[in-house]
Amino acid sequence: MKKLLLSTVLSAVTMLSPTAVDAADYVIDTKGAHAFVNFKIKHLGYSWLHGRFNTFDGTFSYDAKNPDASKIMVNIDTTSLDSNHAERDKHLRGKDFLNVDKFSTATFKSTSIKFSDEDSGNVTGDFTLHGVTKTITFEIDKVGEGKDPWGGYRVGFEGETSLKLADYGIDYNLGPASTHVDIGLFIEGIRQ
Amino acid sequence: MFKNTPSSYGLVAIILHWLMALTIFGLFGLGLYMVELTYYDSWYKGSLDLHKSIGITLVAVFLFRILWRALSTHPKPLGESKGMNQLAHTAHIVMYIILAVIVVAGYLISTADGRPIEVFTLFNVSALDFTFDDQADIAGKVHYYGACTLIGFVILHVLGALKHHFIDKDKTLVRMIKPLKDD
Repeated sequence: MKKLLLSTVLSAVTMLSPTAVDAADYVIDTKGAHAFVNFKIKHLGYSWLHGRFNTFDGTFSYDAKNPDASKIMVNIDTTSLDSNHAERDKHLRGKDFLNVDKFSTATFKSTSIKFSDEDSGNVTGDFTLHGVTKTITFEIDKVGEGKDPWGGYRVGFEGETSLKLADYGIDYNLGPASTHVDIGLFIEGIRQ
Repeated sequence: MFKNTPSSYGLVAIILHWLMALTIFGLFGLGLYMVELTYYDSWYKGSLDLHKSIGITLVAVFLFRILWRALSTHPKPLGESKGMNQLAHTAHIVMYIILAVIVVAGYLISTADGRPIEVFTLFNVSALDFTFDDQADIAGKVHYYGACTLIGFVILHVLGALKHHFIDKDKTLVRMIKPLKDD
């Protein structure tokens, strides 16, 4: 009993100790859906087709005082693809494209993050899609940071990058204007 | 002539049988073909629209056939083995059921997000007011494997008919081609 009490007190103390030294950990607010994984691809070269992945989760660490120590990882459930057209979604989930029966998740894990100024920087990391892992670098911008009205603390980022589908083994011919897909990450993290 | 008799199929049943046989073969071939077309094939969209339009038409013919069958006399089976006759009868019923499953699944693929099915650009068949998770994907698998199973049964059915004609030398196949005079 004494031991239990001691450990409880100890962990309470640990929890209360200031965390300013370490980057704060954030969980991406997918629960409240203040985060989006969107994609867009040219249709025939004449217009943009937009879609998104409805199910994903992720965490990141970030401290405005030491932004280059930031880290992020995101897991995307590829079966949750949604382009607002069930028949097309079925095709995109199928063997011609994402083959989600076999590759049901796409993941991104950062390896280095460098901020060039207060609000923008470059993220480099490993992106796995369709079973193929590539190192990609893309620009991110901080959208905002601060207390929320309900006692929490939040920070939001956005970033977008263009991926060549063939690099990930997706070689279905959508035409010369549609070889790349733009993936956009729009996230709000809640500090833990 | 038009109606079934205890020994012969009528013209209506014969035409329904062969019309549906040809349509089902056509839809099976078209279905396998259209999913292999690439985005820039000029028939990429048209083939799918045609498949859906013919499919909905088939449903109408199918419903009429079930009704006609229910109201008709059944010609007596010509086989001598009761077991084989029962097997053939069961296979017929199973084919009807599989076909029903295939068309319902096909409908559920195309209407998975509330979009209607356009039939020969003449009219629309509305979506039902309900959906379930992964509807298009699940219905798609049922549609595909159902179609393959049906064709498997059709092959058995054809082999059975040929056995009657060439081995048993009875009129099972002939009476499905033309109405027979009662003898």
